[in-house]
Amino acid sequence: MKINLASTIKISLRALRVNKMRSALTMLGIIIGVAAVITMLAVGKGARTKIAEQISAVGSNLIIVLPGSTTAGGIRLASGSFQNLTRADADAIRNECSAVQTTAPVLNGGVQVVYGNQNWATTVYGTDENMLEVRDWTLAAGRNFYEQEIRSAAKVCILGQTVAESLFGNDDPLDKAIRIKKVAFTVIGVLNTKGQSMIGMDQDDIIYVPVTSAQRNLFGRWFAGSIRTIMVKAVNTQALERAEDQIRELLRQRHRLAPGQEDDFTVRNLTQMMQMAEQASKVMALLLAAVAGVSLLVGGIGIMNIMLVSVTERTREIGIRMAVGAKTWDIRTQFIIEALILSLIGGLIGVLLGIAAARMLSFFAEWTVSFSLVSILISFGFSGIVGIFFGFYPAYKASLMNPIDALRHE
Amino acid sequence: MALIETCNLEKRYDVGESVVRALDDVSVRIRAGEFVSVMGPSGSGKSTFMNMIGCLDVPSAGRYLLDGIDTGLLGPDELAEIRNRKIGFVFQGFNLLARTTALENVQVPLLYSAQRPKDFRDRAVSALKLLGLENRLDHHPNQLSGGQQQRVAIARALVNDAPLLLADEPTGNLDTKTGIEIMELFVRLNEEKKITIVLVTHEADIAACSRRIIRFLDGRIVSDQVN
Ligand SMILES: Nc1ncnc2c1ncn2[C@@H]1O[C@H](COP(=O)(O)OP(=O)(O)OP(=O)(O)O)[C@@H](O)[C@H]1O
Ligand SMILES: [Mg+2]
Repeated sequence: MKINLASTIKISLRALRVNKMRSALTMLGIIIGVAAVITMLAVGKGARTKIAEQISAVGSNLIIVLPGSTTAGGIRLASGSFQNLTRADADAIRNECSAVQTTAPVLNGGVQVVYGNQNWATTVYGTDENMLEVRDWTLAAGRNFYEQEIRSAAKVCILGQTVAESLFGNDDPLDKAIRIKKVAFTVIGVLNTKGQSMIGMDQDDIIYVPVTSAQRNLFGRWFAGSIRTIMVKAVNTQALERAEDQIRELLRQRHRLAPGQEDDFTVRNLTQMMQMAEQASKVMALLLAAVAGVSLLVGGIGIMNIMLVSVTERTREIGIRMAVGAKTWDIRTQFIIEALILSLIGGLIGVLLGIAAARMLSFFAEWTVSFSLVSILISFGFSGIVGIFFGFYPAYKASLMNPIDALRHE
Repeated sequence: MALIETCNLEKRYDVGESVVRALDDVSVRIRAGEFVSVMGPSGSGKSTFMNMIGCLDVPSAGRYLLDGIDTGLLGPDELAEIRNRKIGFVFQGFNLLARTTALENVQVPLLYSAQRPKDFRDRAVSALKLLGLENRLDHHPNQLSGGQQQRVAIARALVNDAPLLLADEPTGNLDTKTGIEIMELFVRLNEEKKITIVLVTHEADIAACSRRIIRFLDGRIVSDQVN
């Protein structure tokens, strides 16, 4: 340990400067490796963050109940042909299933809405005052439905941000009357923005109206009380499966299905589906990072190769240093530090390049990327470890030389 | 007690079928403070002998005691430390580091010593001054004449103030005048600082400066006489 670090670093830098091109090419392996790791981690993390955002945007712990059964082949019959889910089912689930926090009915359809001379095609969801809780959604302005408005089929509506902006621009929509399918509805609230859904749909392109009003004023061909979907919020993530079982049991009972008879409804767990998607993206991100890691490894092998060449070339120098008193450790640290300098400079450039590449991806390909200081430090640190690891063997080889043989080396 | 003591030292090289005996049954004692010349024709084993007593090479047979320590029992790091602390070595072929200034070359032994680096530069400068190279400090070996390179190599051997100076033809590349100046320096070091000196030379008037002359022939000592 007695050799001083400053002079070792100076010696190493001089040695690397002598073969500028060679040092640069060796570094390139590490640069590409580290840049790839940084980019892949950023892309992978970005994808995960996006999915996580989408999960929270849909609402967490969500279960949806659809009419019609899943056939053996997994193909559900067209849901429009069934009208066997009712508001009463939704209420029963809310009241009787212990694992369920709340439910909201959905009766939806595409409509044309008009305000003044503004025209907009969107989707109307007939629902009740529980919908906002089910979807973890908050209001930007105005208020939620009153229970009384649901019962009386009041012509009131809550607008998503996209609809509000399309119809009203900068004006205040509250208490204005819009025409949905030529029926006047009064705007009582505006939702906060939620952004795109996982499949890329604009979740803010939406209007909520009382489910009763939707049935009576907009979608008249539906029987009173029958609905298209029940959205269910479980009390927590752990309760999701229990909630599903309870819902299934309750609905079979309510629909008077005999044992062995197929369900006439379908229960789906949205959170699970999205968690699967998240899992898949995690695996994907890991794979990408692994591939990038391999290129870092290849860069490391490049370092080892060059260090071996360097040790052979500088055998005489090693011999001279040993002859005047350099110990095994001194020679070893010198070559390890040289490898370390190569890999750390490469790592530093790689980090910068990786960040730039990820930025470009997010700018030109509009991918979501997300950096974390930890991942940057880890890849930089890893490049250092690669340097030490692959520098060790050549350094070890150099340190084992016998001084007189090294001095006689041609 | 002798500073250098070799017992039946032997160095064999197997080259193809034949065996070269570079050293053959060499037993010699050199006391601290002696000034010894080693002479002999080319290929007689002088450099091999110097490498051996400089702890750079290991014998095929026999023992070498330096300062009473059997060097055959020491590991590479202990030998390195002995080379660093006790021995200043001037190589026949200079062995300077390329692309490294004279000043830095002379500092190399100091880097591997346990000393504090603050006076390294000063010590290297004064060693180079001693050899008349004070205005060649920043020259690389390929920017120096053969004689200047040789003097840098001598400065490097002196910089650590080692008690034993081993010089393999230190004046081989120098003109007579400079050669004699170097020899006067060696004599002074030997008398004033009591540095033990063993040097290889072909020239009788150089050897005349020393007190004792050992002659080699075919790897054997053929004469050992006080001057
Ligand atoms: N590595 C080696 N392999 C084989 N033979 C060697 C080796 N090193 C030296 N020799 C042989 O050992 C003998 C002594 O060599 P050495 O270098 O000691 O001679 P020298 O007395 O220093 O000669 P010179 O005055 O020319 O420098 C020579 O015959 C040489 O061929
Ligand atoms: Mg010789």
